[in-house]
Amino acid sequence: MVQRRVAVTGIGVVSALGGDTCQFWKALREGRPGIAPFESPELSSLRFSRAAETRGFDPCAHFQEKQIDFLDRFAQFAVVAARQAVLQSGIEWTGELRENTAVITGCCVGGQSTQDTGFVDLYRLGRNRVHPLSIPRVMSSAGASHISMEMGLSGPVYTVSTACSSASHALGQAFWMVRAGQADMAIAGGSEAPFSYGILKAWEAMRVVSPDTCRPFSRNRSGMILGEGGAMMVLEPLEAAQARGATVLGEITGFGMSSDAAHITQPSASGAAKAMRLALRDAGIPPEAVGYINAHGTGTIANDVSETSAIRSVFGAHAGRLAVSSTKSMHGHALGAAGALELAATLLALHHGILPPTANFAEPDPECDLDVIPNRARCQAVEYALSNSFAFGGLNAVLAVRA
Amino acid sequence: MSDQLTQKVLAVIATTQRVPPEKVTIDSRFEELGIDSMDGVNILFALENEFDITIPDEAAKQIRDVRQMVEGVRGLVERRAG
Repeated sequence: MVQRRVAVTGIGVVSALGGDTCQFWKALREGRPGIAPFESPELSSLRFSRAAETRGFDPCAHFQEKQIDFLDRFAQFAVVAARQAVLQSGIEWTGELRENTAVITGCCVGGQSTQDTGFVDLYRLGRNRVHPLSIPRVMSSAGASHISMEMGLSGPVYTVSTACSSASHALGQAFWMVRAGQADMAIAGGSEAPFSYGILKAWEAMRVVSPDTCRPFSRNRSGMILGEGGAMMVLEPLEAAQARGATVLGEITGFGMSSDAAHITQPSASGAAKAMRLALRDAGIPPEAVGYINAHGTGTIANDVSETSAIRSVFGAHAGRLAVSSTKSMHGHALGAAGALELAATLLALHHGILPPTANFAEPDPECDLDVIPNRARCQAVEYALSNSFAFGGLNAVLAVRA
Repeated sequence: MSDQLTQKVLAVIATTQRVPPEKVTIDSRFEELGIDSMDGVNILFALENEFDITIPDEAAKQIRDVRQMVEGVRGLVERRAG
């Protein structure tokens, strides 16, 4: 079977760094984090006080009121990001293309704010009923369904939920489907809106969220910072994109996945390394071809040491020549959307020849001794890059891209 | 020699970690009891409930063995009483 090359022709992003892809890229390039104290006073009793919230996102600017009734915040992010991606790609829909377009999204926790509101009604306010649209708003596949309905896309549509790797698994599956000819086009990515009181209390109990900010690979790192948002990309065969004169923003060239089969929260370097190796093999490139890695880089003690060790084991001496950064230091850890935000960052970095930094970096850690592009973006042309996602439960997904 | 608070902390550890109570002593190391970082967080949660205290993240990070856990809880309980 002939494998098709897969181009990305549209990237849409809604994040703590702004309401569109331009603002997202501008902040990444400037090394400017979107991390700030919670907007809602209701969240002031939490042990951590900062997050990467998508401030200023006004649903009414994107949807009619009647539509908003059906859309939890995470699904709103999905639809808005997909619209941006499709607009940028300049697709002209035909009936056939609509029938053969897949929509694959990643989402970890679904409609948390809807669920929280329902529980407050029941358990705190003593009401006897919850909103009848709660179920269709909460389901984590709602974002994919709304994209499909709005754009009339009737190909394979589904959602992958693999915790913090969700969007990378979704993008990898979409890439494979387009490459193999199972879909003529795909809209893929992820979205997440986890800022409800109930789930934030659960994160507090895990003791992995930083009290100040996210400092990946820095010796004084103190944990992750939660984020929200969505990123969607348009994937299509390179030949088709070129034939219709579309701007190719980059190519997805490989996908690797593995499971640690070890621990529900502690990462294992060998599982992560296996996923990176498989992504390189799938892309058909040697480790030495890679110039940049957008790391999973959560800023927790455990992840950053384990990821460093995994990168060293895959790349050997070449690890010393690799540029590695964690953009979570700016857009936060958006869980099921993280892999999509980070693939967007990786593609934009290669497209513009500018590698985004690891922001908030304070001091080197001998156990994370990689070139992590501290604090300032770097002008550097790179042909091949990886984007890493390593989830709780040991579920690893790595995407390989080229400029 | 062992006071009531110590006994209670040891009992919480044993119950939460699902190990026989006699296995948990003030000198036990976490590795001996098979306590990893997630188990540790679980035990802190049980201790917070048992003693009606809040263990700050910073203090939690310093705890490496059972003795430190007992002394940490004691400090928080005394501060609350004082």
